[in-house]
Amino acid sequence: MSKKIGVLALQGDFEAHQRMLNKLSIENIAVRKAEQLEDLNGLIIPGGESTTLIKLLHAFDLADPIKEFYKMGKGFFGTCAGSILLAKEIENSDQFRFGFIDITVERNGYGRQVDSFEDDIHAKEFGKRPIHAIFIRAPKITACGKSVSVLAEKDNSILIAKEKNVLVSTFHPELTDDTRLHSYFIDKCI
Amino acid sequence: MKEKNKNSGGNGQIEDTVLKGTYKVKVGLAEMLKGGVIMDVVNAEQAKIAEDAGACAVMALERVPADIRRDGGVSRMSDPEMILKIMATVTIPVMAKARIGHFVEAQILESLGVDFIDESEVLTPADETNHIYKHDFKIPFVCGATNLGEALRRIGEGAAMIRTKGEAGTGNVVEAVRHIRTIVGHIKKLSVMGDDELMTEAKTMGAPYELIRWVAKNARLPVPNFSAGGIATPADAALVMQLGAEAVFVGSGIFKSGNPAKRAEAIVKAATHFRDAKILAEVSKGLGEAMVGINIDTLNANELLATRGW
Repeated sequence: MSKKIGVLALQGDFEAHQRMLNKLSIENIAVRKAEQLEDLNGLIIPGGESTTLIKLLHAFDLADPIKEFYKMGKGFFGTCAGSILLAKEIENSDQFRFGFIDITVERNGYGRQVDSFEDDIHAKEFGKRPIHAIFIRAPKITACGKSVSVLAEKDNSILIAKEKNVLVSTFHPELTDDTRLHSYFIDKCI
Repeated sequence: MKEKNKNSGGNGQIEDTVLKGTYKVKVGLAEMLKGGVIMDVVNAEQAKIAEDAGACAVMALERVPADIRRDGGVSRMSDPEMILKIMATVTIPVMAKARIGHFVEAQILESLGVDFIDESEVLTPADETNHIYKHDFKIPFVCGATNLGEALRRIGEGAAMIRTKGEAGTGNVVEAVRHIRTIVGHIKKLSVMGDDELMTEAKTMGAPYELIRWVAKNARLPVPNFSAGGIATPADAALVMQLGAEAVFVGSGIFKSGNPAKRAEAIVKAATHFRDAKILAEVSKGLGEAMVGINIDTLNANELLATRGW
């Protein structure tokens, strides 16, 4: 059966994720309404502003259908703001989160835009060639539960993590030409 | 080439592969704002209302364009204290405006740590020949444009985002529509031109040749293309987005209206569902009074802000 992936398209760089999926010849749609989840195998939550995303998730009644979608065992991939939404704990915040992955995140963990950066990171799971990672006002993953696999870390911060069908990265693979994380998501989480 | 260390594996060692303030990182933030609404706010209280309504960023300034128009005089960068208060109040990105060509105002804003600088025609220009050389800065810039040549000149100087100028402070979307149509139209035209026509096109538009070639090949701007200047309703936001804008700035339109919180939220929803007329109808209901607005043809030529910038 061919796989079809949704990209949450409330706000943020969802088109960049769709470009990655198109590169991998994976059928995909921009998801703005609950009924669009129906025939999907997985959902990507893109980068954007987490407070805006939360506002719109509730305004358009998407939060509960997405929880149901998770309970059905579907795959999730969150980048940057997406990783905040999928996290179980957010430091110093009571904002909404799905809590599908047992990680603790610190919003804007590296500082404001002036501290945004690019870096080459190493992750065995993705081969020897480093991943060129772009961090934009990125969160830091400061802790994780035992059932979480840490796929990349640097300076005491987790950069890529996976628990069951849920993958997160604090940076934006979708802003580069490197499709390895998306490919991994399709292979291991769907 | 810098030497690449092996992953330090959590020993706290600072690695020298880290690059800050690169053009990719600047354009990256603009990418994150797509599909969103950036709202003008004049104090921390308004910033909070904007954030709660779902704004993806706020623009901190002392007077919204409608008041700048009314008051006249020279309009400058805002008080750093006010900007810092807004930065301390919200978690979303905070933008601030510098005068065209006023690179010292930009240096000051950079030192405050604002997330984006708007080199804005809404303020009184400080240089009538040159814009700021934006590649000199670690933080990204957005600049206004009325046509593709102007957009590409700003990108050539280092702008990480382009917005239409529209006619700020009028609550009249007609100029924003003109500018987005002009920019998108130019892009379409370039995309069907032959290689042998592009140099003359660069000359005619007064735009860098390499950027003209890039646009011709990719049929889009190399940076996100937003819209601003006169957007006052959810329908206005959806209109410019259906015409090709990737996000919107709303200036006077929100806090000069009858019910700012409700209108702000409605415009945020409209930016997500900009092609869905049913949702647009729903969010347009009962918003109270929109800002009164000004007909552009009643303005004198010296009152037009869009003509500022070179």
